[in-house]
Amino acid sequence: MMRRAPSPTGSPPVMPRPSRRAVLAGLAAGAAALAAPSVGAQTPGRVVVIGGGFGGATCARALAAAGLNVTLVEPSGTYVACPFSNAVIAGLREMSAQTFTYDGLKGAGITLAARAATAVDADARRVRLDDGTELPYDRLVMAPGVDMNFEALPGYDASAAGLMPHAWKAGEQTLLLRRQLETMKDGGTVIISAPPNPFRCPPGPYERASLIAHYLKTHKPRSKLLILDAKDAFSKQRLFTAAWAELYPGLVEWVGLSGGGRVIEVDPVTRTLVTEFDRHTADVANIIPPQRAGAIARQAGVADATGWCPIDPVTFESRLRPGIHVIGDAAIAGAMPKSAFAANGQAKVCAAAVVELLAGREPAPPKLVNTCYSLLAPGNAISIAGVYQPKNGLLADVEGAGGLSPQNASSEVRATEAAYAEAWFATVTGEAFA
Amino acid sequence: MRGLRRIALAGLVFLTGPAVAASPAPPGALSCGGCHPANPAGAIPSLAGRSAGEIVSQMQAFRDGGRQATVMDRIAKGFSDDETRAIADWLAARDAAPKP
Ligand SMILES: Cc1cc2nc3c(=O)[nH]c(=O)nc-3n(C[C@H](O)[C@H](O)[C@H](O)COP(=O)(O)OP(=O)(O)OC[C@H]3O[C@@H](n4cnc5c(N)ncnc54)[C@H](O)[C@@H]3O)c2cc1C
Repeated sequence: MMRRAPSPTGSPPVMPRPSRRAVLAGLAAGAAALAAPSVGAQTPGRVVVIGGGFGGATCARALAAAGLNVTLVEPSGTYVACPFSNAVIAGLREMSAQTFTYDGLKGAGITLAARAATAVDADARRVRLDDGTELPYDRLVMAPGVDMNFEALPGYDASAAGLMPHAWKAGEQTLLLRRQLETMKDGGTVIISAPPNPFRCPPGPYERASLIAHYLKTHKPRSKLLILDAKDAFSKQRLFTAAWAELYPGLVEWVGLSGGGRVIEVDPVTRTLVTEFDRHTADVANIIPPQRAGAIARQAGVADATGWCPIDPVTFESRLRPGIHVIGDAAIAGAMPKSAFAANGQAKVCAAAVVELLAGREPAPPKLVNTCYSLLAPGNAISIAGVYQPKNGLLADVEGAGGLSPQNASSEVRATEAAYAEAWFATVTGEAFA
Repeated sequence: MRGLRRIALAGLVFLTGPAVAASPAPPGALSCGGCHPANPAGAIPSLAGRSAGEIVSQMQAFRDGGRQATVMDRIAKGFSDDETRAIADWLAARDAAPKP
């Protein structure tokens, strides 16, 4: 039998061991009803989740496991994961290892609406889908991820991405960048344009630089990689910089904001990147543009002027629209980065909060964790970790915890971190899609 | 009747699926499952079957450097003794639920 941990607020446990009658009723109603007898077999809460990525899929499963009536809205029949997609670009991994279906979610009792959400009416508590269907909800969870902001960088729009891929949503874009690298001549110049904060996966551009450098060193050693950056500092900077000097000497060059690294305009036809003082022509140009919350978040009125969604750090409920929770990359999660690891933890905390709120109870303040691994080369990884808790209305770092891998770790430690990165990917994709 | 009870238990086990357990989790507990698999697999150990006492003492060792780690040392420092104990109790209780 399950035992209940003492509730963090000190109040008595709210869910008694179900009586046989409750068990029978639960069995009749499907085992799911048992999970949250306090939500009631009478009026199971209707929860709609928009977006079936790391945030939404994980949240939908946690909500369904708690006995709620869950509909997941996701137009794509498969999910292509971004973590490890930089290894695909560098020819070290195949897309099949990145690709997941929603079959497991159907098996978990979740109703799938294979449609895009086109509008949210927060007052009427309804979601409209692109076929006109309306889904009423008691609580809505939005996890639409990011959109590339095609209005932020002159010359860079959706069609330009067909020539200068962003590859910041895994899928066709990932494969396009890989093919461009494969067809590039030895001695060519690859340029990565890295965006200003905040953006999806803060160490991602630099992991990508490392693995592209590995590809170039192995296959096209006379080539160069230039990173033009809109920032003066970036995640794991000392670790990456040391690794580039050691593993890829003379191959990688990074130019930060104060060195004139910010790209202010691009010409996709000539693959030209314009900075404040210079023009660079690339053989392969990877433009990672500024980003913002997925369009549906902006339509629903949960995004603020920054383009991101302010939330309550205990419940992930929108500060702008009651009844709507926002998790994952779209949310302003304070010190937490926009990572799949963070989206997974937020999804479970948000689901627990939704269960409590629907039962008329107040959720207790959570603690969250993040660990982001970055590959420097095959079998060679570093990490950054953090622990977070609500403070002054935001998720803040727990002081004294977290931080980076050691600067001078042995190759054994780096190899262990690479193995942990793989194991993490298996677990986190399992929690979402298995 | 015994058969019925077994079905009921199986139902309860179903509820404790990998994503989240049915009881409100103490702060931080839901994060463990992001890396530690429900069943042994891969390089990161599963926490299933560990006693609360073992989890507490390992977390303590990660925190004070008594046990070497790549990342758990950095994470363990984010939790107090009381928080660690609550997480350990919750994990142990969840995993003590009978398997189908
Ligand atoms: C190159 C790269 C490497 C990365 N590496 C790592 C890593 O090593 N570790 C890590 O933790 N993170 C990593 N990340 C970050 C990680 O991919 C994201 O943080 C994560 O995907 C965020 O999850 P999410 O659920 O918020 O959004 P997503 O995973 O993007 O999911 C959003 C979903 O919402 C759907 N959607 C959007 N709009 C609608 C709509 N209107 N209606 C219905 N559905 C909609 C989309 O189809 C999509 O499936 C990496 C990212 C990149 C780009």
